[in-house]
Amino acid sequence: MQCERCNERPATVHLTEITNGQKQETHLCEVCAKEIQLQGFGLLPQMNLHNFLAGLLNYEFNGSKFGQQEAGVKACAKCGVAESQFVKKGLLGCGDCYPCFEEKLQPLLRRIHGNTRHTGKVPERTGGNARLLKEIENMKRKLTEAVSREEFELAAELRDTVRQLEKRLEEGGEA
Amino acid sequence: MSIKDKVGSARSLWMDADGPDADIVVSSRVRVARNLTAIPFPHLLDLEKSREVTAKIRKAIENTEASELIGNLELTELGELTPLERQLLVDKHLISPDLLNDFQAKAVAIRQDEAVSVMVNEEDHLRIQCLLSGLQLKEAWEIVNKVDDGLEKTLDYAFSEKLGYLTSCPTNVGTGMRASVMLHLTGLKITNQIGGVFHAIGKLGLTVRGLYGEGTEAASDLFQISNQITLGQSEEELVNNLTSITRQILTQERASRKSLYIDRREFIEDRVYRAYGILKNARILTLEEAMRLFSDLRLGIGLKIILGIHDKLLNVLMVEASPAFLMKMAGRELSSHQMDVYRADLIRNEFEKAEK
Repeated sequence: MQCERCNERPATVHLTEITNGQKQETHLCEVCAKEIQLQGFGLLPQMNLHNFLAGLLNYEFNGSKFGQQEAGVKACAKCGVAESQFVKKGLLGCGDCYPCFEEKLQPLLRRIHGNTRHTGKVPERTGGNARLLKEIENMKRKLTEAVSREEFELAAELRDTVRQLEKRLEEGGEA
Repeated sequence: MSIKDKVGSARSLWMDADGPDADIVVSSRVRVARNLTAIPFPHLLDLEKSREVTAKIRKAIENTEASELIGNLELTELGELTPLERQLLVDKHLISPDLLNDFQAKAVAIRQDEAVSVMVNEEDHLRIQCLLSGLQLKEAWEIVNKVDDGLEKTLDYAFSEKLGYLTSCPTNVGTGMRASVMLHLTGLKITNQIGGVFHAIGKLGLTVRGLYGEGTEAASDLFQISNQITLGQSEEELVNNLTSITRQILTQERASRKSLYIDRREFIEDRVYRAYGILKNARILTLEEAMRLFSDLRLGIGLKIILGIHDKLLNVLMVEASPAFLMKMAGRELSSHQMDVYRADLIRNEFEKAEK
């Protein structure tokens, strides 16, 4: 068998790729296989993840299996990425795509992460009120704990802290 | 030392094998994805716009006020490197294979000891990663966290109060964090328990991937386990979860090794000594065979059957045995047969040196 790429040398590397149940075989010689590898052969698994995600998106966005119908025409106002592009590539265009496609992203995020709310790190400068909100939530939890342990002095202190923080939030937050 | 010099040496900090449980946990890695606000994600940028992003990040990295947090990072555009040098960075685990595609638009900043690297314009504008020896996920996260804080002093991140750090791919949104450990699980594999372990891991929101192998059969018996979920759990929770599961796998791996050594001592010793014998004497070695033999030898070192050889040597050899590194050392193109001969020579020499 000849190499499919150079048609010169015998094919000694046989690659079988199965995407969405479609089997594709590639037969290459060692030289061509190596060249392809240097060009990013190793990227295949990552690409498959995107394909997989795109399949999910298709389902989510169209409500039908594997994109039987054309995806919506709605596009992100900021970067211009259309729903259909997102569905195809599995990648969003910019940060504004998230609020833009929020309605349809929600079920997808729940399916991937089992959750739709961030509870981790908040950047110091660009976090908006998130840092303050997190702090309030944290204090409220401590307050409930203190009450359940009947440590009322501590509870009173915590209640005052929560009030102060909430006041700061009303006044326009940290910024 | 520039990045060009760095790729000339196979050694990185993570290979030192001096971290906790480094006989089984080869390395721990934490990476976070970050994007700049008001700029489309990298896959939508043309070369010019990509370079503007790189310039912004360069400025943030060189910001002297944040240098205590960031450390001494040196940024290089991938276009400045040869294809071979780029591949070497992948082999050393300092950049992802993704960064090689459309490389003109991309850059990487690497810390002197190679424990920290920042990829620019990969799937996201920034990918900050830390790679350490042994089970040190918490430590790796703390380092990444600091570098992230340092960069955020001057960079405006795309962040939402509700969804956290916004990423190109919705599978990374939230913390943007992927934590992983590379484990050497020969004992579980020989005793046919590995399938059960992986099955359990899958139910806990983690994924497993074989390294250095065709598909799921990893010749090296090295497996990478990482978190799948990035939204709804804090970074600390993700790290703690992966750490405790890794500890459980460690306990099982040690137990299976121990029982193997008690019940089938000759079998294990034979396997280890054969691997050692071949590595020290072979004249032709394919990458796959070398990886398999390294795995057996690593088991022998862990069980103290082989003394005087350190895991560190195996970690370095695993990188040096790669095609790109062999060609770099040879200073010329090598056919696959020449490569196998060169690899065998290199490994033989290294073991001779180590035994002296």
